[in-house]
Amino acid sequence: MFREVWQNLMKDKFARAALLVLGLIYAALLFAPLIAPYSKDFSDRTMAYVPPSKIYTIDENGSLSRPYTYNWVREFDENTLQITCVPDRGQKHYLQFFKGGKIVSVKDGGRLFLLGTDINGRDVFSRLLYGGRISMTIGFLALLILFPIGLLYGGISGYFGGKTDMLMMRFAESVMSIPSFYLLIILASILPSGMTSTQRFLLITVILAMIGWAGFARVVRGMVLSIKNQEFVQAAKSIGAGRLYIIVKHILPQTTSFVVVAMTLSVPSYILSESGLSFLGLGIQQPDASWGNMLKEAQEFTNIIYRPWLLTPGFLIFVAVLCFNLIGDTIRDVLDPKSKVR
Amino acid sequence: MQIVFYILKRILQTVPLLVIVSLLSFFIIRLSPVDPLADLRLNPSVSKETLARETQRLGLDKPIIVQYAKWALSFARGDLGVTSNGERVSVKLKERIPNTLLLTVVVIFLTWVVGVPLGIAAAVNWKSNFDRLLTILTSIGMAIPSFFFAVLLLIFAVKTGWFPVGGLTSANFHGMNFFQKVWDITHHLVLPVTVLFTISLAGLQRQMRANMLDVLESDYVKFARAKGLSEFQVIYKHALRNALNPMITLLGFEFAGLLSGAALTEYVFQYPGLGRLILEAVLRSDINLVMASLMIGAVMLIVGNLIADILLLLTDPRIRAGANV
Repeated sequence: MFREVWQNLMKDKFARAALLVLGLIYAALLFAPLIAPYSKDFSDRTMAYVPPSKIYTIDENGSLSRPYTYNWVREFDENTLQITCVPDRGQKHYLQFFKGGKIVSVKDGGRLFLLGTDINGRDVFSRLLYGGRISMTIGFLALLILFPIGLLYGGISGYFGGKTDMLMMRFAESVMSIPSFYLLIILASILPSGMTSTQRFLLITVILAMIGWAGFARVVRGMVLSIKNQEFVQAAKSIGAGRLYIIVKHILPQTTSFVVVAMTLSVPSYILSESGLSFLGLGIQQPDASWGNMLKEAQEFTNIIYRPWLLTPGFLIFVAVLCFNLIGDTIRDVLDPKSKVR
Repeated sequence: MQIVFYILKRILQTVPLLVIVSLLSFFIIRLSPVDPLADLRLNPSVSKETLARETQRLGLDKPIIVQYAKWALSFARGDLGVTSNGERVSVKLKERIPNTLLLTVVVIFLTWVVGVPLGIAAAVNWKSNFDRLLTILTSIGMAIPSFFFAVLLLIFAVKTGWFPVGGLTSANFHGMNFFQKVWDITHHLVLPVTVLFTISLAGLQRQMRANMLDVLESDYVKFARAKGLSEFQVIYKHALRNALNPMITLLGFEFAGLLSGAALTEYVFQYPGLGRLILEAVLRSDINLVMASLMIGAVMLIVGNLIADILLLLTDPRIRAGANV
């Protein structure tokens, strides 16, 4: 089954491109300490909101030179009352490669901000890499919590039937009838404020998992209802297997292909949920970075108009979700041939 | 007659559902470390009596079960309490619900009017360039985060000055005549509607296309073709009706998704809707307001699903036959 999925992914040119892009993104996140010129907490207060550094390879005499950059200095124009950033042409800072454990950096005194800085003078490019580590894994982790719960819940409900089934399903239905984003913000708001970032990350993951398990459990239950009367289940019963054993060992494995499809299709929605939550300030908190909370600064008009580099996390979320969707579509085409949504 | 019974039965079924919803959300909110009356306590315009009355009405000094019972009793009587700013919750909700409904209904209407024909067109021209283009566009529509899209549109609005930024009405709204008011609201609605429309259109178009492709392969469509019917008749008379039925079920889900999706969009555009209300209430741990707006959200979702089911009952004779049992 997995080989077939792989072959189809390779055949489809969109899926191939999506795999490549995601591979590049994850590789960059994995090697973030090498690629990012600064750490996620590095801040230079004199360099708040400076635009991306310009890299020059041709010097002022018009001849080819080693790549260098200028630092930004802020200048206050008394006539227009505006602060502008201009390059300090007095000193060149040459880029150095593979020095000090970084792929690219500049010597002391120079600053290399590939995508500018935020309000605290932190390098957006570096934070993008470290923040991506959270944004791009939290969805998967949430799924790892959500799917076992949903599978077991749906399995028990469907197999036991009768009153148990009715009670469990009423409960799942009531969870489903709270609009999911409302539930998400309520759950996020009860987190106490004095947590370490690891604790917060784990709890946000759990909260994300709370959304969507009910709908998943309901579909599993439906499948279990149709599976439980087949001969192999009766055979297991007749040799005296326990009910939980039958559910876990004999019934749930039958739902594998549905589970794989549902999982790949729901990764993007969890990435979006996390970024939305962090965007509102309820998810990952400063000083930790995630793509959502980096976009929080884009809520201010002056920022989005004069400092467009602060919007880059949004484009990355978009690209990542697009790639996951393309891959998910291909996997669904293979495992669920009846649907032709693509 | 049987349909009336069915509807009654469904309405009765929602009551236990709402009880569980309220229990769940009440306990979740009471876990919150924030003092629900903190704002009220600090607000000098709120009298001591109001404070004492609220503490007593919510039963904040009593165990959580008693608190819930108190809340539920007054909720059932139609008393939603006061917010932490001292306003009546019912007044606040009355002003927000129509706004959210307006936004979602406009979006659903537009997505259906545009999405269904596009879905049909894509299915009929399956694997043509037109179909491929639509697939790419819908992929983009599905991937763009709603709040990010909203921010981008805000930049657009600020730079061009073509659209008002935020809110639902202009400052001088009350001095306008009827047509100016309608125009003003429409003008303010354009951007939030664009965001939600783009995002829900993608899903709807794909679903319609998939349903249509399924139906076009079925035996009765082949038979209709073999009979020598025109392509127009085959598609619009035989295929379309059957392809539309699953979409009606989707209507309920779409409504639910929009309620959630609207929250972020409302937040970015400062749109006075239910989603922004609940967000502000949650941040202040304003228990009355959160509970009331959650319940209203749940009711709207359930009613949305109910309407979809009833529509399905009316359009699909197979389900009508099943509902009698």
